Amino acid sequence: MAVILVGMADLDVAANPDTLTTLGLGSCVGVALYDTSRLIGGLAHIMLPYSNGYSGHNRAKFADTAIIDLINKMGSLGAKRTALVAKLAGGSHMFSGTASVNVLKIGEKNISACVQILNFLKIPILSNDTGGHHGRTIELFTATGALKIKTVGHGEIII
Amino acid sequence: MDGSLDNVDSRNLDIFKEIGNIGAGNAATALANMFNKQIITGVPDVRIVPFNDIINIMDGPENVVAGVLVDMSGDLNGFILMVVGIKDAYEMISIALDEDRPVPASFYHDSMSELDQSALSEIANILTGAYLSAICTLTGLNITPSVPQLAIDMVGAIISIVAIEYGKIGDSVLFLKTNFSDIKKTLSGHFFLIPDYASYKILIDSLGMTF
Repeated sequence: MAVILVGMADLDVAANPDTLTTLGLGSCVGVALYDTSRLIGGLAHIMLPYSNGYSGHNRAKFADTAIIDLINKMGSLGAKRTALVAKLAGGSHMFSGTASVNVLKIGEKNISACVQILNFLKIPILSNDTGGHHGRTIELFTATGALKIKTVGHGEIII
Repeated sequence: MDGSLDNVDSRNLDIFKEIGNIGAGNAATALANMFNKQIITGVPDVRIVPFNDIINIMDGPENVVAGVLVDMSGDLNGFILMVVGIKDAYEMISIALDEDRPVPASFYHDSMSELDQSALSEIANILTGAYLSAICTLTGLNITPSVPQLAIDMVGAIISIVAIEYGKIGDSVLFLKTNFSDIKKTLSGHFFLIPDYASYKILIDSLGMTF
């Protein structure tokens, strides 16, 4: 069993029995997609909601382009779009002060963009662990579709 | 120019290094006055670093660190973020309070006492203020810092705020590391200057930089 590491503004896919992990999510959001019948998983570590208006070249950075690319990459492993389910984690508000609200609320914007895009693509969101003021490390197990979430001082859960 | 830092040349990087040098000097003076002991600062390490590398510089994304965020407002809007390793954070608190603060076995935000939190925030206030005044001196811009906000968590999570802001213009961030020493020990502070999207050009222009 291999553990595949997904960096910041990055995405990757894996099949049973491998796992996909991304470390230290803050305001970024981890989007985990899973084909329940073919046991194929995909994980994206997105930083920003929408790619339009930005000159970024890295499609994995933005929720809209990352989710599309993730689905296509899973498709190359044999996953079917209609069989996909999603789980979300991250989107924290790391510094809880009141100032500069717009920038600091990027976590919420990231989450709502992911939800909107997944709804548009008719991919059901089975569970999520989002928001709050703490970081998360997540791991997607392609054998089961379980998403393990580890934190500093806020325990460990599986969604 | 697209404003991206991904292709900054060495001449422009030298301007950021100069901010680092003046800022470190200001910081040493401020700390020495406050704690009444001699503080020496090393030559700052100023680099433009891709997101994923910055996290590895600080011992990997899950390493627990203290981050203190100060808002900038005025002619320039954005943030300065100071990140220190947890051992160095407790050393800073020990120096500030003039009593030993052993590093606890486990640490997270709620495990640090309010007194320790405010001591650490105050040091961050002094250090970030030192860099801000260096920028004001070099640019003539008027910048007001806010009250500092503290977070103790995984470095990846804390740095995400920097990566996200810089992520709007490129795939790299401006990173500045300074060592501070008193007679007994050397501590490292990592600083990130994060102008918002609109202020970025103002800063570049005021520093006489060209892309």
